[in-house]
Amino acid sequence: MSVLAVQGLRKSYGAEEVVCGVDLDVAPGECFGLLGPNGAGKTTTLKLCLGLIEPDAGTIELLGEPVPRRAREARSRVGVVPQFDNLDPDFTATENLLVYARYFGLAPQRMRERVPRLLEFAGLAGRAEARINTLSGGMKRRLTLARALVNDPQLVIMDEPTTGLDPQARHLIWERLRRLVAEGKTLLLTTHFMEEAERLCHRIAIMDRGRIIAQGSPRSLIAKHIEPQVVEVHGPGYEAWMARAAAAAPRVERAGDTVFCYAADVEPVLKSLAGQSELAYLHRPANLEDVFLKLTGRDLRD
Amino acid sequence: MRASHFAVPELSLRWVAVWQRNWLVWRRLAVPSILGNLADPLIMLFGLGYGLGAVLGEMGGTSYFAFLAAGFVASATMYAATFESLFSAFSRMHVQRTWEAIVNAPMTLDDVLAGECAWAATKALAAGACMLIIVAAFGYASPGLALAAVPVVLLIGVAFAAAGLAINALASGYDFFSYYMTLVLTPMLMLSGVFFPVEQLPSAVQAVAKALPLYHGVAVVRPLLRGELAQGLWLHLGVLAAYAIVAFYVALVLTRRRLLK
Repeated sequence: MSVLAVQGLRKSYGAEEVVCGVDLDVAPGECFGLLGPNGAGKTTTLKLCLGLIEPDAGTIELLGEPVPRRAREARSRVGVVPQFDNLDPDFTATENLLVYARYFGLAPQRMRERVPRLLEFAGLAGRAEARINTLSGGMKRRLTLARALVNDPQLVIMDEPTTGLDPQARHLIWERLRRLVAEGKTLLLTTHFMEEAERLCHRIAIMDRGRIIAQGSPRSLIAKHIEPQVVEVHGPGYEAWMARAAAAAPRVERAGDTVFCYAADVEPVLKSLAGQSELAYLHRPANLEDVFLKLTGRDLRD
Repeated sequence: MRASHFAVPELSLRWVAVWQRNWLVWRRLAVPSILGNLADPLIMLFGLGYGLGAVLGEMGGTSYFAFLAAGFVASATMYAATFESLFSAFSRMHVQRTWEAIVNAPMTLDDVLAGECAWAATKALAAGACMLIIVAAFGYASPGLALAAVPVVLLIGVAFAAAGLAINALASGYDFFSYYMTLVLTPMLMLSGVFFPVEQLPSAVQAVAKALPLYHGVAVVRPLLRGELAQGLWLHLGVLAAYAIVAFYVALVLTRRRLLK
């Protein structure tokens, strides 16, 4: 049985349709990533799945409960890491967990032994009595993750869990999330970091303008949607070179002052670069970002 | 506005957890907080009560101090409920996003509002009850029926807490609240019989005064402190209860519109 099953989900604000017929199916024990540029409808989709807003059409089943009708029952077995930190600044780290557990009907006595373990999981064992405003951004995120686990949820939903964190803090969060998956929890996260999706997620849905435009494992998406090799070229005179490169690779794209050549065999591209010492180039395998940019376009989204 | 914003409240006993959250924060600052709520009405009461009282003598059949004391029990309750449901609730709703965190748990926004309303009413009760104790200590309240004023104070607290939460749902920032304070509460304070009997007002203004919740609160509390039951007691209590229920429902609809999108 699915942890989350969504069919034909729609939501409009005024004349603008933000979610336009989304289908999702998240299986137990997997890490599922919802990828998309800003404004793609990811956060709205999550809020709909949690029963916080009413859909205009479609059905949602979260942990076997119909949402929004029985959203409260469903949410009692879900943990949520919101996009913006909303830890309680009036409390210490420990108190944040104890107070949040009350919202699940969990008495402090029952939580007393769980809280130290949750803080340890978050790498905050030494900061149990610390006030929230003394914690770094990474610590706050980890505490928010620990808070999402107070009810020992089957599913953890995370909205951009590592946005705004430095690389060290991000790697620490990823390590913890992998640990949760190893413990058998199901994760659903949104992100616009391709590396995050590629490293963590078993399956990915790419969302754009309210629609799911591709779905599958990171490898299968790369194999299906993009040529396996990429050569990125930049430097003075790249425009003149680009005109010639068009014949050397099946797909040549430009973003800003960089040329991207996609091909199964990039030998002709590399040959045409020989002797062009003013051009810098990078030859690499195609990744999820290439798929993402191909499917959602290179225009800036605001 | 969507139809779902108008749905009947979906409450559970979990609202108690919201009340508890606020209680845990407040108990550390309880003494300065109560003093803060009381300083203003007490200074006014003793200043005006003794100063003006010496000039005015009696008012409404009692000493001016006793007259004013009863009014200030009601108005201190009103202001305590209002400050909590405007400024403090706005911090939790908008600045700290505490409410957003809570509704990700198995809580509804309705639970959150019920907990906040109960909490603001509790703080109002604390302020009103402290005023009652001080007034009684100075011998201006009959001991028996003054106790009966406690539940009335709570009802006044609920009505103004709910009204404050409705205003909170419309606020763009803290500045917004000064409109409500100066354009609604200050005139209400003047018109509701706190400082002088409503009968002194022109009859058209009296009609307005008698539609205000604070008027009905004062009308019940003042006779109780004298050891009497108010005429039309149940009507006064009914109006206060109606204000509480309608204001809470309006607060609910407006807050759903603001946050559930």
